[in-house]
Amino acid sequence: MNVLAQADPILDPNIEPEIWWFALSPLLVLVGGALTLMLIGALTPKWPKGLYALASAMVAGAAGTLAIFNWDDISDNGPTTLVAGALAFDTFAMWSTVTICAAVILVSMLTDEFIRNTPNDGPEVYSLYLVAATGGIVMASANDLIVLFLGLETLSLALYVLAASNRRSDASAESGLKYFILGGFASSLFLYGIALVYGATGSTNIGEMVNAVAVRLDGDNDALALAGIALLIVGLGFKVAAAPFHIWVPDVYQGAPSPVTAFMASAGKVAAFGAIIRVLVSGLPAYRDDWQPIIWVLALLSLVVGSFLAVVQTNVKRMLAYSSVSHAGFLLVGVEAAAHFAGEAYPGMGISSVQLYLLFYSVLVIGSFGVVAVVVGDDDASLDRFKGLAKRKPLVAIAFTIFLLAQAGVPFTTGFIAKFGVIQAAVEVDSYAIAIIAMVTAVVAAFLYLRIMVSMWLHDEDEKAPAVRVPFAAGLAIGAAALFSVVFGIFPSWFIDWSDAITLVR
Amino acid sequence: MAQTGSCDVIAAVEPTWYLIVSSLLFGIGAFGLLVRRNPLVMFMCIELMLNAANLTFVALATSLGDINGQTAVFFVMVVAAAEVVVGLGILVSILRRRPGATADDLAELKG
Repeated sequence: MNVLAQADPILDPNIEPEIWWFALSPLLVLVGGALTLMLIGALTPKWPKGLYALASAMVAGAAGTLAIFNWDDISDNGPTTLVAGALAFDTFAMWSTVTICAAVILVSMLTDEFIRNTPNDGPEVYSLYLVAATGGIVMASANDLIVLFLGLETLSLALYVLAASNRRSDASAESGLKYFILGGFASSLFLYGIALVYGATGSTNIGEMVNAVAVRLDGDNDALALAGIALLIVGLGFKVAAAPFHIWVPDVYQGAPSPVTAFMASAGKVAAFGAIIRVLVSGLPAYRDDWQPIIWVLALLSLVVGSFLAVVQTNVKRMLAYSSVSHAGFLLVGVEAAAHFAGEAYPGMGISSVQLYLLFYSVLVIGSFGVVAVVVGDDDASLDRFKGLAKRKPLVAIAFTIFLLAQAGVPFTTGFIAKFGVIQAAVEVDSYAIAIIAMVTAVVAAFLYLRIMVSMWLHDEDEKAPAVRVPFAAGLAIGAAALFSVVFGIFPSWFIDWSDAITLVR
Repeated sequence: MAQTGSCDVIAAVEPTWYLIVSSLLFGIGAFGLLVRRNPLVMFMCIELMLNAANLTFVALATSLGDINGQTAVFFVMVVAAAEVVVGLGILVSILRRRPGATADDLAELKG
């Protein structure tokens, strides 16, 4: 945004910001990949089966690899900002990039056979995944509120289309419209919040906002700033699916095609939590006494609403949707812990624990919805469809059991490491109350996961149930996710060490 | 900012007034979204809210003497246009299936 502000009109009216192309390469690869896939897909006859998914996974893999190179660069030379302060170039951004790219790879594998032999089979869905991933990465690495808004809209618009992408299903169209109306409402609240914060601080750039608030002592624009912060929190609360802004979540997760739901729950959450940390912890540390209690309340409500309402559902996708609300609660516990150190040199454990949680949760939730996609396909995901799954498809049932146990936070799974990290961060800052509430609601939520497991392992097979066929790519994705969740649950030290290196640009 | 006569008249209007107008517009949009049942009208309310935010940006940019708020408006206009494309596409696909559907009719997903 300060492209114009930094230009010196006397010396050279056309001075351009210096652009470091390699640092932007993950984004460029994703956008380029999406456009190329779309263009070539439109110009050539239908590709042989699986090639669209392969292309999308390879583009995402390339972007993720470039992000890892950039991570090394940041570790050596320290974080900085790109494109005249519009984007942050730090390990936080790169971790989000890698997580979102991994989500695209896994979701592409799930989508492949899911849309084969339907009118949707083509490059469009995969292009939308790549575009949405770009938007998500921009959100998580934005250093300017308007850039963050653009990333949010890029992600959201692609997700609205993806949610409504199953044209044979009324439920999919309905979920797309509901998501669009409520998402648009949240986006406009968020934008109005940006406008008010801009009025109070005189800039939309996060670094300039911090400086402007630091030099201003009288606090005469506090009313404007506080109203803006409230609107920003409401808008972001919608996007992270925190209670009480979670109303859209069960309907949209249920109606959208299962691979798309997996993508929303993983990449969407990574992006939205990236944004919440950028805006609040990084951008508005001066007001942390004002917004921190709100985050506390949102965390509490999400934990309670998510776990208790999940238990009474009968549709597996709705159960997982409510469980994602309770996971949002856990993540907000981490954000609340990070808030204690907002604006200080020592970042605390909150931010790394949130990012570690997001990575592990993304893999788990993609695996879970992958199993749902394989077992019920386009049909209604009622719990009855999972009865006796262990007898029909033991490996799928084992994988689903791993995902559910890990989401419940059972030791020797990544879910435990994730939850432990967040609780540890909360205890570090003496937020004992919310840590205890989180653990108690985790026990309630465990009942939900046990219910699905009992259905799979102890109930008899339904004679009329359609046969379950596991496609190769989807099986590979589910197997890899299950293996990841167990292996790195037992040996988590690599990921913990890497996540400790996560810092925000200042 | 005020160089010509007509701009003097505009500058004579306090920036606060614009903020009040834009907050009223935003409120009307939010209220309309919550009470109206026609998806198309709800969608128009979202556009109204986005444009209220735009007016806020311009008013604040003028009172701060800062160009960045005005450039932000252009980005938002592009986003609103993209939103129209996506939103109308989804609406058409629903209304083709169920002509005349209101938000209350779209209640297949619940639990």
